[in-house]
Amino acid sequence: MSTQQEWNTLGQSRTRRLERASKFAEGKNVHPDHIVQLLEAVLEPGDRLCVEGNNQKQADFLARAMVQTDPQQVRDLHLVQSVLALPEHVDLIERGQVSRIDFSFAGPQAGRLARLVESNRITIGAIHTYLELFGRYFIDLTPQVALVAAQMADRQGNLYTGANTEDTPAIVEATAFKGGIVIAQVNQIVDTLPRVDIPADWVNFVVQAPTPHYVEPLFTRDPSLITETQVLTAMIAIKGLYAKYGITRLNHGIGFDTAAIELLLPTYATDLGLKGKICTHWALNPHPTLIPAIEAGFVKSVHSFGSEVGMEKYVAARPDIFFIGADGSMRSNRAFSQAAGHYACDLFIGSTLQIDLHGNSSTATKDRIAGFGGAPNMGADARGRRHASPAWIKAGQEARGDTYMPRGQKLVAQVVETFREHMEPAFVEHLDAWDLAKAAKMILPPVMIYSEDLTHIITEEGICHLLLCRSDEEREQAIRGVAGYTPVGMGRDKRAVENLRDRGIIERPEDLGIDTRQANRDLLAARSIKDLVHASGGLYDPPKKFRNW
Amino acid sequence: MERFEITLPSLHVSALQQSALCGVVSSGNLEVMIEANSTPESCHFEVNTSADGFQDIWRAVLADFSERHKVGGLNISINDAGATPAVVSLRLTQAYEESQEGSDA
Repeated sequence: MSTQQEWNTLGQSRTRRLERASKFAEGKNVHPDHIVQLLEAVLEPGDRLCVEGNNQKQADFLARAMVQTDPQQVRDLHLVQSVLALPEHVDLIERGQVSRIDFSFAGPQAGRLARLVESNRITIGAIHTYLELFGRYFIDLTPQVALVAAQMADRQGNLYTGANTEDTPAIVEATAFKGGIVIAQVNQIVDTLPRVDIPADWVNFVVQAPTPHYVEPLFTRDPSLITETQVLTAMIAIKGLYAKYGITRLNHGIGFDTAAIELLLPTYATDLGLKGKICTHWALNPHPTLIPAIEAGFVKSVHSFGSEVGMEKYVAARPDIFFIGADGSMRSNRAFSQAAGHYACDLFIGSTLQIDLHGNSSTATKDRIAGFGGAPNMGADARGRRHASPAWIKAGQEARGDTYMPRGQKLVAQVVETFREHMEPAFVEHLDAWDLAKAAKMILPPVMIYSEDLTHIITEEGICHLLLCRSDEEREQAIRGVAGYTPVGMGRDKRAVENLRDRGIIERPEDLGIDTRQANRDLLAARSIKDLVHASGGLYDPPKKFRNW
Repeated sequence: MERFEITLPSLHVSALQQSALCGVVSSGNLEVMIEANSTPESCHFEVNTSADGFQDIWRAVLADFSERHKVGGLNISINDAGATPAVVSLRLTQAYEESQEGSDA
């Protein structure tokens, strides 16, 4: 050995950064007025940076501080975070401080992001699923600096993240154990925390933000906006899918279609004698529309990715259902709930904007780079799964037939109305995702659910059991057969579709014994936000924008 | 606003229908009214719609409806306030089933 190998460059880097930062902090404590200088002292060009942007909780004070840093000094950053939710996240790109991003979801900023990509202002590494991005935090995208949000800190720097723990454990663990710096904004500094969610020795700096961090009420759906078509598709889902397979463990996507299903559990599903037989165990955020089903005794357990604004008290009062700490408040965890949704659930069902003739579906449109968050991960067959359940085995037998080696399959369903608003067809020959991929120079078109994973499509026209199809032609006709009066639907081969119907691959509402007269808003267990508050015994406290009384 | 009439072949209604009114006109919704007429082998539709340019889709929806249900001998008037085909089909079926009720006895 002629040269001396240095084995702790990461530790030295951390020491160097902490030394530079020390003059802007008192120990771990940073005054809000000094946060911009501290960030400038800590960050180095080329750093991978996570500005905790979750689905819901946002490190918004630190994001605002980031856009006040000197662009000459704080530059060439590589943003690695699950959600680009705040305008500041994209401002950092416009200010020339961030040159590359890897993320999962950019819903609110999707349009701006697309324009920046087209004008070559930013390079997108990839649009990941949550679990995939968290995975890469521990392989090749470990942040050098993580800016996170917590509800409270104590004097030592222990953090209480409470109900909206979300991504924080994954971000902090990756950063703190690989020579990185963790900076937390908190709403409050207290002597004693309700519980410790993140230990103090993983946290380098704490700053009390002048205003509480922002939380987006992303999972609240007002029942008054649920349509009769959505009631009908919910009836089809319950009878044609949930009852048929006896689905007990599941995840619902966000949207009115799945909210309608939740609100039909105490009424329609109960009338069908399905209580205790379906929908008992969930990977799900605390959807307000699940309250009536919980109160009806339908639901046994719910693990959550995040919390939902206004649901804190209700959730805390139902510790048999949700995951509640000894302190009495919920702990969510996006990484664990995503893993649960992938491996421990038998069904994922959600909505989409476009489905093609193969059964690929996407919410990507031409001028928006939005990503999909967790849907691709939960809406994919878990090839590593090794435990059996009746629903999984039945789906596997249907999809593969009697094979030498028995295996199950995840049920993955998309529920759409054949036309969206403004008569935009939900069924298309080619996904807009292709055009977006071309415009944004992406290697892969952004597909949410791949056709090989999709087992069912539900529309007002009925349900198609794609897993029973034995050829690409059959599959195409099955899709056309539920595509209604869209150009794709009108292009169906009527005889082929009737043949699929005879074989039970397509089932119309009447084939399922559904009385369409029941497809009425009266069937919903709650018809307004106010009904949900009543159902919760006054424990649900909806955000102002959902109150109209 | 667009107004058009279509007459489509359909099997004769199985029993005397009572007039049925189903649905109310409001945003994204529509009104369907069913009455008896004197042409037993066809159904006459009168459509008033707020959305122009979708006659092909209307024809397809109504043709499927006339094929799936025995509606020969009926006049069906539709007042549409921009409903999707899903809502149109659902309302038509609901109105039809409503009109069947009580006529079996």
